[in-house]
Amino acid sequence: MDNSIITTEPLMPRETAVHEPHEHVFIPQHRHHFETEEQQREAGSFGMWLFLLTEIMFFGGLFFAYLLYRNWYYDAFVPASNFLSVKLGGANTAILITSGFFMALAVWAAEMRNKQVLVWTLVLTMIFGWAFIGIKGVEWHDEWVHHHIPGAGFDIAEFVNPSAHGITDQKAIPPDMAQHSQIFFFLYFGMTGMHALHMIIGLGLLLWLLWRAQRGDFTAGYVAPIENFALYWHFVDIVWLFLFPLLYLINRHPLS
Amino acid sequence: MTHVAQQPQEQHYHDPANVTNPEHASHHIVTPAVYGIVYATLLAFTILTIFAADWNLGVFNPVVALAIACTKAVVVILFFMHVKYQSNLIKMTVASGFFTFIVLITMTLSDYMSRAWGLW
Repeated sequence: MDNSIITTEPLMPRETAVHEPHEHVFIPQHRHHFETEEQQREAGSFGMWLFLLTEIMFFGGLFFAYLLYRNWYYDAFVPASNFLSVKLGGANTAILITSGFFMALAVWAAEMRNKQVLVWTLVLTMIFGWAFIGIKGVEWHDEWVHHHIPGAGFDIAEFVNPSAHGITDQKAIPPDMAQHSQIFFFLYFGMTGMHALHMIIGLGLLLWLLWRAQRGDFTAGYVAPIENFALYWHFVDIVWLFLFPLLYLINRHPLS
Repeated sequence: MTHVAQQPQEQHYHDPANVTNPEHASHHIVTPAVYGIVYATLLAFTILTIFAADWNLGVFNPVVALAIACTKAVVVILFFMHVKYQSNLIKMTVASGFFTFIVLITMTLSDYMSRAWGLW
């Protein structure tokens, strides 16, 4: 076992451990391969962030596809995008931010070792999370009713002849271009669907965290699972903060 | 745990120069007041972006919408995700992720643009 640091010069005082007398508090969650609890905590956050970076790349690919196809088939993307309800999308944005706010408070409650506040903030995070999924379901149902699901059942009638379908504020587009609105809805369902899948996974994890929080696991100094889950939840929020303007808002005033 | 490896005291390299993660650094706990301000800011920006979409700003509509979205994302990252209070290692990790993403977007976009040069 020869893994000690070999130096060719005498160690300078600044490189030598000066172990000042201080209090060491040993806590059960502190793993022996970490020197301090703070180091363990930072290693955990670091690992969580590395995972989130892969998620940035995952959603980034979808965002890039949207950017590219919106430039290629701009005339098809405008009426398709404007079919979406800004009211429902905006309400969902507020609901998701509220859910994130309660998750942030949950981290504070765990730090403060307040079990009751922790459990209730987790419950509120879940309620607002499911409310988001519910409204998303209503929106998806609207698309289904209007035959906006890409595939054999897709109907371009509303884009080719909007006035016949009671749509007065959108320009009619030729059938070949209207077919490309399928790409908008393909990306719309892909992006919001992947976002919703992340939320459903998160809501499942929340159930598990809630059960453990109720047991008192996170209110005795061990907050890492709550903290790292909060990072995940806030990341999913951020994805929506970009999805909302890109899918719902930026096509309201088409360039002629 | 019967055997405890005890290195000689003078060879135990402790990295005192590691100022980014000083030992026994106090952990910063963000208060509900800060979270409340962040929450209000995010809601205000959400309302702002919806109103901004109603004005005809021409080519600047997407620019304004994305600028507001980026502002909101930065606020979430700094305060809700505690990056403002984290070590430089975490700050660099987060920044490198977004930097790499921008590099990938730029390279892919320049490829698509140069292949259809003049046709867009």
